[in-house]
Amino acid sequence: MAFISRGFKGRRREGAPSGRIPPGQYLADGFPVLSAGPTPRTKLSDWTFSIVGEVDTPKRWTWEEFKQLPSQEVTVDIHCVTKWSKLDTLWRGVAIDTLLEGVESAAEYAAAFSDGGYTTNVPLEDLTGGKGWIAYEYDGQPLAPEHGGPARLLVPHLYFWKSAKWVRGLSLELEDKPGFWESNGYHLYGDPWREQRYWGD
Amino acid sequence: MARAAVLGRLTWRLAEVREVLPETPRVSSLELQVPDWPGHAAGQHLDVRLTAADGYQAQRSYSIASAPDGETVTITVERLEDGEVSPYLVGELRAGDQLELRGPIGGYFVWEVATGGPLLLVAGGSGVVPLMAMTRVLAAAPSGVKARLLYSSRSFEDVIFREELDRLAGLGKGLHVFHTLTRSQPAAWKGYARRLDREMMREVAWPADQRPLAYICGPTAFVESAAGLLVELGYEAARIKTERFGPTGG
Amino acid sequence: MDEAGMRLDGNAIGGLLQELFVREMTVAEGTCAHCGHVGAVGAVHVYMQAPGVVVRCPACEQVLMRIVRGRDRYYLDLTGIRCLEFSEPS
Repeated sequence: MAFISRGFKGRRREGAPSGRIPPGQYLADGFPVLSAGPTPRTKLSDWTFSIVGEVDTPKRWTWEEFKQLPSQEVTVDIHCVTKWSKLDTLWRGVAIDTLLEGVESAAEYAAAFSDGGYTTNVPLEDLTGGKGWIAYEYDGQPLAPEHGGPARLLVPHLYFWKSAKWVRGLSLELEDKPGFWESNGYHLYGDPWREQRYWGD
Repeated sequence: MARAAVLGRLTWRLAEVREVLPETPRVSSLELQVPDWPGHAAGQHLDVRLTAADGYQAQRSYSIASAPDGETVTITVERLEDGEVSPYLVGELRAGDQLELRGPIGGYFVWEVATGGPLLLVAGGSGVVPLMAMTRVLAAAPSGVKARLLYSSRSFEDVIFREELDRLAGLGKGLHVFHTLTRSQPAAWKGYARRLDREMMREVAWPADQRPLAYICGPTAFVESAAGLLVELGYEAARIKTERFGPTGG
Repeated sequence: MDEAGMRLDGNAIGGLLQELFVREMTVAEGTCAHCGHVGAVGAVHVYMQAPGVVVRCPACEQVLMRIVRGRDRYYLDLTGIRCLEFSEPS
């Protein structure tokens, strides 16, 4: 690659506090919106969240019921596989631990499913123990549709494609089932600190 | 398809910027000299690739504005406020610089004289660029094809190629240009002064029974709205071609 | 940015498709494997602000193609297209 475009710098990529930006990432301006399809517009009166799959009794909450659950406000760093990172993002959501209370299952994995057909897979131990939420507020405001509202999965320690927008439920699975991107080149697990972006990484 | 090659690997090549011509406060045309340029058809575009000193690359597509003219190819670029590539092309790049590009690209959104008419060209903002290439090809050849261009811009100052369009329309060679200015209009403005709607389209568009060919280009919402209006007016879906521009093109 | 602004069409991936197929593909006609709609590749819906390119049927919005590029490899899923028709070179 010999040719350099005179004077081209690309988006300003300021230096970040060391140790907080994983390899190959840069700090984002704003909060980029990525989308693999049309934004779903589910009415809150139709919205439900479900735990299904390898469970004796599936669980389901309506929006009203969901908002009654204990929620947490968390500040986390997020890292998108398209190379932008955002530090200290503020969310409110229900911990996956809360949703799985009382659920008995032999499953070790979860397959998240969303309006619009998006799916992603995450090991259960990466959703529990305070590592995952179903988030419905961002930065103190109801989560906007373009950022995944009414609610999205939030798993900040993995690449952000795992934080499925417009999430409607988790299916507990005995096997790790590759989701939308994992079945098309993206890494099954997706740890930004080991730069696990693609198959074979 | 005469000039637009169907087969072949696209290769990146270096072009020289011959001239940067401001068109409007936000838009400039870049006249490029592309060695061994194979020619192109109106409606096709280039991919442009910029490389920073640290190896970072950004790539965008830009429609070709010019009719085929040997190794000279002109693209017309709108500088987007928070764009990454367009502020470089319109602002930093100057005559004598080199630009890495590949093309010509496209086949669906292409018009050649042999394709016929009557033509309805519907442009939203910088979507006029590929339609201008079509207009220039039309003007260069005595074809008997009649064309109407309906061009939506924000204000008088934002109308790209305004003087040339006035001149071409005044030649009496079958081109009519209709402008609408959606945000502000100069005193004594006689054109349309609102966003494209059913009434305007009905007044401007060729009657459907003439089996017109329509090319619509601009922001997605504009293109989809315009296409819908033409379907309502009875245009055949297969004779409506669309090209959506996104702010991602910045 | 509004949601409509995120949606482009097959023209936007003309160059990428020519990288993959080594020929112009926007005039090719594709049959949607989900709903059977037939149309030019130039008219498909394309979402590019994503970890990969997602191509959707303009009639039913189901996925026609997914194209991911990473570490000098392409990952291509065409299972949403039942049939792709294009001309033999003369």
